[in-house]
Amino acid sequence: MSAPTATGAAPLRITGAALRRDDRELWAGLDLEVQPGELLAVLGPSGSGKTTLLRAILGLESLSAGRIEALGRPVHGRGNRAIGYIPQQRPLPPETALRGRDLVALGIDGHRFGFPIPRRGDRARVEELVDAVGARAFADRPVGLLSGGEQQRLRIGQALADDPRLLLCDEPLTSLDLANQQDVVALIDGYRKRTDAAVLLVTHDINPVLGAVDRILYIAGGRFTLGTPDQVLTSEVLSGLYGAPVSVLRAGGRLVVVGAPDAEVSHHHHHDEASA
Amino acid sequence: MNWADIGDALFGGVADYGAILALVQNSVWAGAVLGLVGGLIGVFVMQRDMAFAVHGISELSFAGAAAALLIGVDVVTGSIVGSVVAAAIIGGLGARARDRNSIIGVLMPFGLGLGILFLSLYDGRSANRFSLLTGQIVSVQSGQLGWLIAIGAFVLLGLLFIWRPLRFDSLDPQSAAARGVPTTAVSLAFMLLLGLIVAVAVHIIGALLVMALLVTPAAAAMKVASGPVSVPLLAAVFGVASAVGGILLAVMGTLPVSPYITTISFVIYLVCRVVGSRRGRVVRAVTAR
Repeated sequence: MSAPTATGAAPLRITGAALRRDDRELWAGLDLEVQPGELLAVLGPSGSGKTTLLRAILGLESLSAGRIEALGRPVHGRGNRAIGYIPQQRPLPPETALRGRDLVALGIDGHRFGFPIPRRGDRARVEELVDAVGARAFADRPVGLLSGGEQQRLRIGQALADDPRLLLCDEPLTSLDLANQQDVVALIDGYRKRTDAAVLLVTHDINPVLGAVDRILYIAGGRFTLGTPDQVLTSEVLSGLYGAPVSVLRAGGRLVVVGAPDAEVSHHHHHDEASA
Repeated sequence: MNWADIGDALFGGVADYGAILALVQNSVWAGAVLGLVGGLIGVFVMQRDMAFAVHGISELSFAGAAAALLIGVDVVTGSIVGSVVAAAIIGGLGARARDRNSIIGVLMPFGLGLGILFLSLYDGRSANRFSLLTGQIVSVQSGQLGWLIAIGAFVLLGLLFIWRPLRFDSLDPQSAAARGVPTTAVSLAFMLLLGLIVAVAVHIIGALLVMALLVTPAAAAMKVASGPVSVPLLAAVFGVASAVGGILLAVMGTLPVSPYITTISFVIYLVCRVVGSRRGRVVRAVTAR
């Protein structure tokens, strides 16, 4: 759909990154390069700075040390429309004055100041995005009455508005049922395969994305490990990371991490504070 | 009071209605502008869950106006200073809904108390005192009416200018920030515009009743519509109908304007609720099938 970025430049390059909070080091010395078409999952307990890492890539927060280059440019300013951002599913109020397609349209005109008149081509683009995420059936219904899965499809449509070469997903599967989780993963995975975009996906449960993941960045206990799922998701590696005995069990195609301090429960409430 | 008196209070002026209308023409315009802008900004007040903030701002606006009355400066200026200070405090300190509500809860009685103190120290015409709390647009001087209309127009333009980023920020502040919307600046601009229109509303329907034009019309519109254009449009129509209708009915008699405005906007809300719940049942029945 869109031209690839300058050849040779990785969509995301992080060097020497560190994050400290209240004199506590969450992680340091993080070097990471995400290649075009690669899907990298970021795992770890709450408070390990996963969301902060995403926000730093968007220029919304700063790291304690290190350098981030997104789409071949050092991060500057707040927010970046060239990057697609898919937030956590939060139910919208039932009386929200928007229909499905309007939620998608925010990706196209939500940043524009000035008299709210649509530009030529906006409508056609919205329809394209609605179809791309399979939202045609509920595009005209009030968003507040849609299910979590339907709302999340629309948010993905919003995030794809500018054909991003880099997608950042912050817990996109939280509070969705299994079928909807699979749909959302299929949409993200399909987009990356079609366009060769790089994807960074923060999640607390690896299972729904296990089939699509290329590499995993696992952050815990002030350290991190980077590698393929087979390299990272072993009892040995995770025990070393947590500094406590941790078992990785495989059962029926699913993977369960047992014994990790604060890892087995869903712990995705920590970045709710910004919503007013 | 017998029936004849009540009839007089309601319709005593019907015989001279043409002459009265000519006299209150500017008041009607001010009401129309407030109804229009109040309806539009109300949609965002609802979406951002700020109805309580509107009330808090209006009490400080009242205090500002009362202070102005006491020291003998322009009352409209006083109410604007009060409102904008309140809006800045609420916007600056209360990013989170819970913090915001506690700040408002603390500010509101303080503002109201200050206003009552200033009013009791003031020994001018007593009619002015209550008009700040309960409103009396027809007693506002025409020079001040011009100001109220100008401020309303400014708020309208400002609101249209930040319309789309504000809508994005009201719905999903995180995605808006990720896509480069300056969310802090947009929020503060919204608070400033809200403060200004609250100050206008204080003079037209009174500090205690501003919600009738800044919250009720939008709440009613959201019951019966859900489109990004239809809701603000309906809210504006409801706001104008309440404000202008209220003034036009009130000047037929000797009763104050505010009860007419609040009653019309309340009735509109009730009708919308009934219509909306009927439609909601139909939609649910259809989707359940």
